[in-house]
Amino acid sequence: MELLDIGIKFILIVVIFLISLVVAMYSTYAERKLAAFFQDRVGPNRAGPGGMFQPLADGMKMFMKEEIIPTQASGLLFIVGPSLAIMTACIGSAVIPWGQAITIGSRVIPLQVTDINVGILYIFGVVSLGVYGIMIGGWASNNKYSLLGAIRAASQNISYEISMGLSIIALLMVTGTLSLKEITEQQHGWHWNILRQPLGFIIFIVCAFAETNRSPFDLPECETELVGGYHTEYSSMKLGFYLFAEYINMFISSAVMATLYWGGYNYPGMDWMAAHVGPIIAPLIGVAVMFAKVFAFIFFFMWVRWTIPRFRYDQLMNLGWKTLIPLAILNIVLTGLFITFL
Amino acid sequence: MEPLSNKRKVLDFKPLNLLERSYLPEIAKGLTITMKHFFKKDVTIRYPEQKREFSENFRGQHSLKRDEDGKERCTACGLCALSCPAEAITMTAAERQPGEENLYREEKYAAVYEINMLRCIFCGLCEEACPKEAIYLDGDIVPTDFLRKDFIYGKDKLVEPPLNK
Repeated sequence: MELLDIGIKFILIVVIFLISLVVAMYSTYAERKLAAFFQDRVGPNRAGPGGMFQPLADGMKMFMKEEIIPTQASGLLFIVGPSLAIMTACIGSAVIPWGQAITIGSRVIPLQVTDINVGILYIFGVVSLGVYGIMIGGWASNNKYSLLGAIRAASQNISYEISMGLSIIALLMVTGTLSLKEITEQQHGWHWNILRQPLGFIIFIVCAFAETNRSPFDLPECETELVGGYHTEYSSMKLGFYLFAEYINMFISSAVMATLYWGGYNYPGMDWMAAHVGPIIAPLIGVAVMFAKVFAFIFFFMWVRWTIPRFRYDQLMNLGWKTLIPLAILNIVLTGLFITFL
Repeated sequence: MEPLSNKRKVLDFKPLNLLERSYLPEIAKGLTITMKHFFKKDVTIRYPEQKREFSENFRGQHSLKRDEDGKERCTACGLCALSCPAEAITMTAAERQPGEENLYREEKYAAVYEINMLRCIFCGLCEEACPKEAIYLDGDIVPTDFLRKDFIYGKDKLVEPPLNK
């Protein structure tokens, strides 16, 4: 029995890993397609029906490109950089509850890899590790453009982590727990946290845009302005890993936002469903709802990217330090007053 | 001083209020604009499958015409080659032999007629110069190829297919 449990966990991990990779892969396709729609264009439509195989072709291209390690670069760190970036992006999904537990006979299978009681802290830890991938890659390239790009990326991520953490503190004051599973269960019915923490959510989503290096805060890359940011010297699949990590990060942060603020796998009429369609189908509908929310957030990420122009670097720092941090602290104070007096 | 025209506008730069400084309403406005475009029909013509109609005076690949009896009109006078600013046309004339009256209209005809499509600028001066109405640029876009020599089009590609009679 013990072995079976481990096997189920292993399968779950592999499935979630594969899903995040496939979602990241098709996010590149979705990004190009959505960008086209937002600009009255068609987008990729040559590879397969409607261009469906475009990500495969892109991946193939990445693998076939020549692997270049500059002679002046630090060989080991040059490889560690992208590995670390994609690894930290992938392990964030471990604590996210994708659905209610499925009951088959007497066996209860939780659709969450692990329910640690410091789930949010774990995610924050992983997110801050992501900076190392960028920093090491930029430093190991031994190129001033890479280094400047890496410094920009690192300072941006560190600045926005503060207000992100502060906005989460206000959320924790409401929920009283750090476990993502418990937070999701508390939102059962219409008690979604977005209704209790609207300001906190706005702060969180702005910080999430900055943390994932997405437009309008995509200064580390700035493909229209810089030579390329921290991955200037990278080629082949090592570059692919950096780009891939960004899309996985977007997927994970969408999942975190859906879990923390938008009720996770909860949907209206959930109890009725659980009573009528059985203990296997109902959680699966919950999983579908969760993914619908995640995809809605990914769509929003892309929607914003093709709408808002990039911030200037001083504007970025002003927004982070002079606006978001005071706002987040104000949010904590308001939440405290709300909890104390109501 | 008297203003020269009454078009002068007095601008006053008011400091932005709190709502404007928060950017959020403007971002929402921008998002609605992009969303409108999201549902707009695109105007792209999907080229190899779909083709835009050429204008009436479009100049494409040349064709050497035949007359109503199916005889080649060209008499190898060389005026097209002379008029060609890109010097793309070359030809060798030959005398019509007895028994070939059904092939060539005049006593002299072009045994070799070559146009270098890489040199041609599709100006249409050759069709204007032609006294026999033998050459017209009424074809499609000249297709691409891999070798330079394959862009020198001979009579096999230029002459109209024979009339079916």
